[in-house]
Amino acid sequence: MKRLFSFKGGVHPSYFKELTSGQPLGRASLPDKVVIPLSQHTGRPAKAIVKVGDEVKTGQLIGESDGFISLPVHSSLSGKIADIRPWPHPLGPDVLSIIIESDGRDEWVSDVTGHEDYFRLSPEEIREIVKSAGIAGLGGAAFPTHVKLTPPEDCEIDTVILNGCECEPYLTCDHRLMLDYPMEILEGLKIIMQTLDAERGIVAIEANKPDAISLLEKQIRREPSLELAVLKVKYPQGAEKHLIDAILKREVPPGKLPLHVGIVVDNVGTAFAIRQAVRRGIPLVERVITVTGSGIKQPQNLWIRLGTLFGDVISQCGGLRENPEKIIAGGPMMGIAQYTLDVPVVKGTSGILVLAEAKTFAEGECIRCGKCIDACPVNLMPTAMAQRVKSKDWVGLKRYSPLECMECGSCAYVCPAKIPLVQYIKWGKEEFREKEKV
Amino acid sequence: MEEVISQRLIVSISPHVRAKEDVRAIMFDVIIALSPALVASVIFFGWRALVIVSVSIFFSLASEFIWQKLWAKKTTVGDLSPVVTGMLLAFVLPPSSPLWMVAIGAFVAIILGKQIFGGLGYNPFNPALVARAVLVASWPVYMTTWTRPFDGVTTASPLGIVKMELEQKLPSYLEMFLGNRAGCLGEISILALLVGAAYLLYRKQITWHIPISYIGVVGLGCFLLKRDPLFNIMAGGLILGAFFMATDMVTSPLTREGKLLFGVGCGLLTVLIRFTGGFPEGVCYSILIMNMLTPIIDNITELKVFGG
Repeated sequence: MKRLFSFKGGVHPSYFKELTSGQPLGRASLPDKVVIPLSQHTGRPAKAIVKVGDEVKTGQLIGESDGFISLPVHSSLSGKIADIRPWPHPLGPDVLSIIIESDGRDEWVSDVTGHEDYFRLSPEEIREIVKSAGIAGLGGAAFPTHVKLTPPEDCEIDTVILNGCECEPYLTCDHRLMLDYPMEILEGLKIIMQTLDAERGIVAIEANKPDAISLLEKQIRREPSLELAVLKVKYPQGAEKHLIDAILKREVPPGKLPLHVGIVVDNVGTAFAIRQAVRRGIPLVERVITVTGSGIKQPQNLWIRLGTLFGDVISQCGGLRENPEKIIAGGPMMGIAQYTLDVPVVKGTSGILVLAEAKTFAEGECIRCGKCIDACPVNLMPTAMAQRVKSKDWVGLKRYSPLECMECGSCAYVCPAKIPLVQYIKWGKEEFREKEKV
Repeated sequence: MEEVISQRLIVSISPHVRAKEDVRAIMFDVIIALSPALVASVIFFGWRALVIVSVSIFFSLASEFIWQKLWAKKTTVGDLSPVVTGMLLAFVLPPSSPLWMVAIGAFVAIILGKQIFGGLGYNPFNPALVARAVLVASWPVYMTTWTRPFDGVTTASPLGIVKMELEQKLPSYLEMFLGNRAGCLGEISILALLVGAAYLLYRKQITWHIPISYIGVVGLGCFLLKRDPLFNIMAGGLILGAFFMATDMVTSPLTREGKLLFGVGCGLLTVLIRFTGGFPEGVCYSILIMNMLTPIIDNITELKVFGG
């Protein structure tokens, strides 16, 4: 048995991936309407360039990017702009969104042109294609991908890691994408490597996906610049800084990016989207999401047009079981609980998890067991931070480096006293940022 | 459909799943780990050992329950921590302890050791050791009357024999390992204690840092001072203290580095008290003194942030 890569800390939640991992990707039928938020990415929102009443085609640009760290948005249907107004967003407060009513024809824009000879493209040309296609990291953080592909002058990128860990419980969309489109994903990886002039490409997969591992291993065997890294099954193995540490033993310093240690990490879904944009000229208008959980009648992975409302997605999966208690955008460790099914699928939505029963816990007293400290992959002291936050000691909080917390949830997961540690730390981070500004 | 579900949805911050283990499960693990020593105490000291443990547990639970009722607080006896405190207190009492003294000890442990500070999680000292310290000061004769296993004849403890330079035969290493010697109820059988300690380590309820640094420093100290290290490690309450008392989560440091410091401090103090102090044994006071230093140790040990 080959040695498995891993990192210090982390937890072992129940995975429930078998609910959806065995079925090939399906394709949802087109919804009657989509809601395209102008902000689906980290950075400045896009600016709408259509008005109410306009006819649009699938793939048509409807919102322009506003600056470097920003992305455009495209229509994911053909039809008519019904409204442009604030709409509930899965990641937080309402966001100005373009509402498109489908004409049922799904007619694509005519100027979709790909580059079969992508290896002739310059890095600048590829970045421009990736940006124009509206591609953000599809793993969840939704950081504009062209920014990652533009390292500063002084950073030389030697390695690109393709993140297929998918360490969040329940989610299997990356797993299925690797099984159904291995060639396309590897092509995406090669495009990224070409853009960054990186000589090494590593596909990182957790050991609980043996079928994807053997499939990609076969493909990679013929490619001297590509390798496969099999990682121990542990949450949060897919956190990019920990993935880099596990495979290459390089620690990304606090406040720095993987770029600074010569590495770019991209999700397998992002690589697929890059490949589609570069080779076929298709902008990001759909993605694979995992619709799963005890509250879903037919859990499955589906290709979903961006902007499809959660309610419409769930209808495609047989609907809800009676009275679910929690609806989560994303996985159970880092996903965001929703208060309505009227939120749209956005670029960073990797899953819709519906839990028939969601336990709530009374917060107990800390017994100082230190399990949160052992579980923290960043080596922070969650309980000490929570204490400072509870007593509103913002100065005292500073020495515990709250901003380094990536909110993976490992601490709160293990806490025997069921203290909502992530909630306290998030609060602390907010206050801390406010104070820093002053 | 929309209306119906909106009313029932729980909206809370991630993570949305939690590990099964709660405080009660941790305490239950400790109780399991203490059980071999309980069995050993019954084997060597007879059923009276079980009576003492039962009285101690009963009065611990009762003290906690009544105190929380009096102050209209939510009762926490269900978390089993008073059971652990009761067992540990009984384990550091001589087998001939009068039952009324055991009951007073349990009351002191729960109320003065824990509840007046705000309950579990807020107590600075190990509650069972607070009670032992109070009992030693209040009823020194009862607390230093030792009996031989099986026949109950009054005798000196092994550490007492050495300290007072008595003309009594010391137990052999094997007898000490198995537990056939005078001493407190739960401290005598090294074998039983190690079985329990292995369980706690396996279940990750304790780490090796405190016990190994504690025992290591005592061993090293004995070696340097030309005392018998093996005898000093097995005699007295060192093994019980190092694995089950010094490792108390609430009263020991949070970080591994802190735990090492804590263990070293306990070791140095134990050597100091045993070889230069007035008492033959120093485990109880060593741990209590280091409990006092725990907040300071937590403050001076900082973790290296990932990548920092």
